[in-house]
Amino acid sequence: MTTTTTPPRPQPPAAPAQPSAAALLLNGVRGNMRQYGMLIALVFIVVLFQIWTDGTLLLPNNVSNLIQQNGYILILAMGMMIVIIAGHIDLSVGSVVAFVGAMSAVMMVRHDMPWVLALTLSLLIGAVAGAWQGFFIAYVGIPSFIVTLAGMLLFRGLTQIVLEGQSIAPFPDGFQNIAKGFIPEMGPYTQYHNPTLLLGLVAVVFLLWREWRDRRRQLAHELDVPPFGLWALKCTAVTAAVVAFTLTLASFHGVPVVMLIMCALLIGLGYVMRNAVIGRHVYALGGNKAAAKLSGVKDKRVTFLVFVNMGVLAALAGCVYAARLNAGTPQAGLNFELEAIAASFIGGASMSGGVGTVMGAVIGGLVLGVLNNGMSLVGIGTDYQQVIKGLVLLAAVGFDVWNKRRAGK
Amino acid sequence: MTGPAAVRPVLEMRGITKTFPGVTALREVNLTVRPGEVHAVCGENGAGKSTLMKVLSGVHPHGSYDGEIRFEGEPVAFRDIRASERHGIVIIHQELALVPHLSIAENIFLGNERAARGLIDWNETLRRAGTLLKRVGLRENPQTPVADLGVGKQQLVEIAKALAKEVKLLILDEPTAALNDEDSAALLGLILELRDQGVASIIISHKLNEIRRVADSVTILRDGRTIETLAVRGTAGAEPRLSEDRLIRGMVGRDLDQRFPDRTPYGGEDAGHVALSVRGWTVRHPVDHQRTVVDDVSLTVRRGEIVGVAGLMGAGRTELAMSLFGRSYGIHVAGTVEVGGREVVTRTVPAAIDAGLAYVTEDRKTYGLNLIDDINRNISLPSLPGMRRRGVVDEHHERRVAERYRTTMNIKAPTVFEQVGRLSGGNQQKVVLSKWIHADPEVLILDEPTRGIDVGAKYEIYTVVDRLAAQGKAVLFISSELPELLGMCDRIYTMAEGRLTGEVARADATQEVLMRQMTLNRS
Repeated sequence: MTTTTTPPRPQPPAAPAQPSAAALLLNGVRGNMRQYGMLIALVFIVVLFQIWTDGTLLLPNNVSNLIQQNGYILILAMGMMIVIIAGHIDLSVGSVVAFVGAMSAVMMVRHDMPWVLALTLSLLIGAVAGAWQGFFIAYVGIPSFIVTLAGMLLFRGLTQIVLEGQSIAPFPDGFQNIAKGFIPEMGPYTQYHNPTLLLGLVAVVFLLWREWRDRRRQLAHELDVPPFGLWALKCTAVTAAVVAFTLTLASFHGVPVVMLIMCALLIGLGYVMRNAVIGRHVYALGGNKAAAKLSGVKDKRVTFLVFVNMGVLAALAGCVYAARLNAGTPQAGLNFELEAIAASFIGGASMSGGVGTVMGAVIGGLVLGVLNNGMSLVGIGTDYQQVIKGLVLLAAVGFDVWNKRRAGK
Repeated sequence: MTGPAAVRPVLEMRGITKTFPGVTALREVNLTVRPGEVHAVCGENGAGKSTLMKVLSGVHPHGSYDGEIRFEGEPVAFRDIRASERHGIVIIHQELALVPHLSIAENIFLGNERAARGLIDWNETLRRAGTLLKRVGLRENPQTPVADLGVGKQQLVEIAKALAKEVKLLILDEPTAALNDEDSAALLGLILELRDQGVASIIISHKLNEIRRVADSVTILRDGRTIETLAVRGTAGAEPRLSEDRLIRGMVGRDLDQRFPDRTPYGGEDAGHVALSVRGWTVRHPVDHQRTVVDDVSLTVRRGEIVGVAGLMGAGRTELAMSLFGRSYGIHVAGTVEVGGREVVTRTVPAAIDAGLAYVTEDRKTYGLNLIDDINRNISLPSLPGMRRRGVVDEHHERRVAERYRTTMNIKAPTVFEQVGRLSGGNQQKVVLSKWIHADPEVLILDEPTRGIDVGAKYEIYTVVDRLAAQGKAVLFISSELPELLGMCDRIYTMAEGRLTGEVARADATQEVLMRQMTLNRS
């Protein structure tokens, strides 16, 4: 063999350049541009309506009301976000909400079933509904748009059959508390709701502990961390936000039950999506299905489980909604799928999958919820509300597309 | 060039140079096609054939290359494909550009509809389609959907479509690659018929006997340069004078101008033990069940050994690799696989990974990486189950692993949270390699690991591969670059048309020997 031209000089492995703090920060922000953008937009919308409604928006009773009004949409949005990350869509959730609400009504009102048992069975029905759709999507290979469009018709029809076209009411108090209740007061009389203060304290301590532990571990592993000042600022901001929110809730009836449920889901699902192997597999599948399969991701099983999860969450939302209405009705959950999908996209999901966070879905849902609530308070009719929400969705996604294109140049 | 130059050429491409960021695909290429001739263009994979045809047909528009194109004596500057088609230059790609659910007639006149005032004249469409089908010798109803035809007949529809555009120069890119012998013969016959009717053709082909059969002259490209233009026969229709050996010499005469790192032999006790043994591996095409894509392949790779697989496009190398790796390609897979002397059943990718296999794909963007995710998560994906602590992924461990590979593999990125889609090809390839090295397999199948990356990065990849072999891994190295195989491998298998056609030890291997075995075909 001959060697004619100069051989390439193998470059010495240069020490990786220490990225500056600004670069780290910028990188973190750029990766989640839409989510950070929407957080800022959410704050902006809250401030706007706070001024516009002369302070009514953030009055303690309205904040409670806002949470209870939007609880079921937020629960749906969290599930929908995971479905969209996996590269699918679920159009059937509104009908599943109605069907499960109807079934719970039949069980509790017609058959006098204890509400805890009925709730458990309802969630099980949701799991079965999700498994039914997941089977066709994952194992038969029918596109999720078609399967869930069919599901939308199917479960709406089943609802009407089960209810025979009538509403069934009323529910036992325990069941109604899921949507309307607050955690009970205890301890001596203070001006505030004691358990809420306690929960707020626990939240602050937990969040700070986690931040501190992460930072310490990163340092122990000799990884890059943001500078101390910036980190301290972040911790202060988080603490302030939680304290303010806690005091607001604590000066009314305290923490709504539905908020406890939502927080548990947010923490649980967020953790699974970020840290559990299956969560990572969902992102990989949505990002590049072929590459994920060739990396050993069991694509069918993961897709199936994503839809089972969606089914359970839709069932939970169905119970919350039925409990709030105090009736199972044939028209329940109409257009909920669209609200949940809109919340996901506002909160940072991508049509092609692989992108988004559960937290993003909650932020997106809150943007819509605050808009709804705020516009109602200032007396804007539902007709104009729809127009504005449509424009917000378009603007949020449009901004993201524009931003990505600019970044790509 | 040779041959009578008295006639004015139909096509003259002079001094064509085309660069892409980082690579020069074509350098001062010349190509001259005389009226009414079949002109073959041949060369190894990556020699620049496709790029040259894209320049000619306007896919790479005028202004994106240097040099001059004259068609029928006039200088031309095509802005896009439509511009070249207006002049009568039609290219038929290897992947057919037909709409499966439309009829033959609709496909023939797609974009070129027989219409008056915006309304399609169906009588005229069907009548003309019928005439054209007769001309290409396809006896089918013009209203049959294209999806109902076999690949061979679809190819004929493509040619009819070209004829509808009053084609003067027909370009066929690997026209017989997907055809069986009978369909191939029919197609080649048609090309000769068209030639007699005055339509010149450029045919890109790897099949040397085919070139000898239909071509009047042949231009050989190598590394983006014109090497030579040879006359295949004295006069049209005469017996070919040009031998296959002469063609092969032109195709492979490349200098071995890359340097390869020195190998450290594996010194473990089990050196020389067979790590991978494949027996009677046979795979059918996933859609066209009649086609055997990998045919009775048996091979072995020992620990610490780098074994090459050479073959031209369509030889079945990637199909072999992917079907071995969890049956990711093909159906009716038959044969046995042993890893470390134990038979393993690798029906799924997780099973293949568990059995100790890893496959580094030739197409990293489609099959290798999640481009919208970061380096960190791309590297960890196959190894996530092993990175668990109390049931969940230990992110700090994950990140430490990624940081380690960023340093040792010299991945040029500011942090491990850089999106993989933003990296250069060489750095992306290092991410794919890191991902599979961390999965700690016994056998690594590398499919074109240096495709599309620059010389410096290639050297780094070679170093990594050598290091893996020195650690006792068995490496199956698929490549289209013969010097690379000769420089890296201990043994080289050659494949053609799905079969193994030879096995050569490093000491006996030359580019000529390999090319001869790679171009063996059944007919």
